[in-house]
Amino acid sequence: MLEAHQLSFRFASGSPLLTNISLRLAPGEWLGLSGDSGAGKSTLGKLLAGQLAPHQGSVTIDGSLLPARGVRPVQWLPQSPELAVNPRWRVGKILKEAWTPPDTLIEGFGIEPQWLKRFPNALSGGELQRVCVLRALAPGVRYVVADEISTMLDPITQLSLWQALKAHAERHQLGVIVISHDTALLNRLCNQRWHLAGGSLRVSSTELEAP
Amino acid sequence: MLHIDRLILQLPHYPHWWRQEWTTCIDALSLHIAPGEVHAVVGASGAGKSLLAAAIMGLLPSAARLEGALHFQATPLTPARQRQLRGRQLALIPQSLSALDPLARSRQQVRWAAQRAGLGRPAAQQRADELLAHYQLSHAATHYPHELSGGMARRVLIAMAQVSNAQLVIADEPSVGLDPTQRDRVLAKLKAIAREGKAVMLITHDLRHALPVADRVTVMYQGRGIETATAQAFRGQGEQLTSPYARSLWQALPDNAFSTQPSVLCQEPAFA
Repeated sequence: MLEAHQLSFRFASGSPLLTNISLRLAPGEWLGLSGDSGAGKSTLGKLLAGQLAPHQGSVTIDGSLLPARGVRPVQWLPQSPELAVNPRWRVGKILKEAWTPPDTLIEGFGIEPQWLKRFPNALSGGELQRVCVLRALAPGVRYVVADEISTMLDPITQLSLWQALKAHAERHQLGVIVISHDTALLNRLCNQRWHLAGGSLRVSSTELEAP
Repeated sequence: MLHIDRLILQLPHYPHWWRQEWTTCIDALSLHIAPGEVHAVVGASGAGKSLLAAAIMGLLPSAARLEGALHFQATPLTPARQRQLRGRQLALIPQSLSALDPLARSRQQVRWAAQRAGLGRPAAQQRADELLAHYQLSHAATHYPHELSGGMARRVLIAMAQVSNAQLVIADEPSVGLDPTQRDRVLAKLKAIAREGKAVMLITHDLRHALPVADRVTVMYQGRGIETATAQAFRGQGEQLTSPYARSLWQALPDNAFSTQPSVLCQEPAFA
């Protein structure tokens, strides 16, 4: 169980961004997080992944704090894969940065063997995004924060990415937090839906969000 | 207004030091855009959408090989004519925000665009200020590009395209990186430009949000125009779409089936 206890975060200027946010995510569950730009969705995602430290509150997994070192059990997946890889490394080296994924999984994510010899700039955004997602699924990883990972993909590529992640998450009881503007996507994927506004969470239902 | 017939675009690449090979980036693409129309061009990344925009604007790298016919207002678009019409009759809203001059304030960028279109300096300044106010950028008029957010920079680029009073506006992924409110505003603006009798080419991967504003949609896949359909054809199960690829693109949307035949993902689509 991934739990956030009364998280608060403020900017360096002192103005608060998030106040007293609590949420729980069980293994295998999918949590959808929506909100306007600047509402703090990505910040909340980074707090949950331990990439940022909250000013108040804590994030725990099964009651214990996130470990300070080693493979992070909550992985944060950013929107732009181009910025998340070393441009001087070949894709094969990037993919095996944290662990060596089995060939079946490489195939399952639709990653073609010939990509591994190329440099990241020779791959399209969707292709590189699949590499980055698979890279983050090392054995010690229990939860994933997917921050707008499919925004710049066409519908078919988007679908194949989510199908691959869904299959892996089901097999390994991975909890997934999906951050997106796309309410239709969140309704498809998630069994918990939250909307972030004014620094706090509220339950979001389809009827409320319908345009 | 714009007629493209069997356009073929090839770019050279060098697998070895002196071995040159040609990659076909656009393959026999035909496309017609009428005045008053928003024509969406959708496809996966790498389908050749942005290269198509560059071919129309005459912004291809010099090594590119271009075949086929490209007509604008019933006259062939030659490189000389493209140079002459660029920024006046043809406007591009580029995908990359680095297209803004990093050393110029927003107000200057828009004024320059107006001056290129033939306005005198005072008139251009006035028009620039009007448009900046219209796009709620008045407070950012004296900002440099690095001081603008992604959404603000994109609005500056759109204001520049609009001020030029061009007859053909090509918007390359204009809604990327914008939140839903901003995105809807930008797309509505493109629709309004088309209503003034201009032609708008909307290049995007975001089929769902292009549909409400588009009149017709051309689906591209690996450089080829798979299908051109009216926006109304994208509904239900996609029965009115003739090509399997366009149908899968429609079905793959989260509001629709959110599924597709696995064969479409790995196979090349059959031609319509």
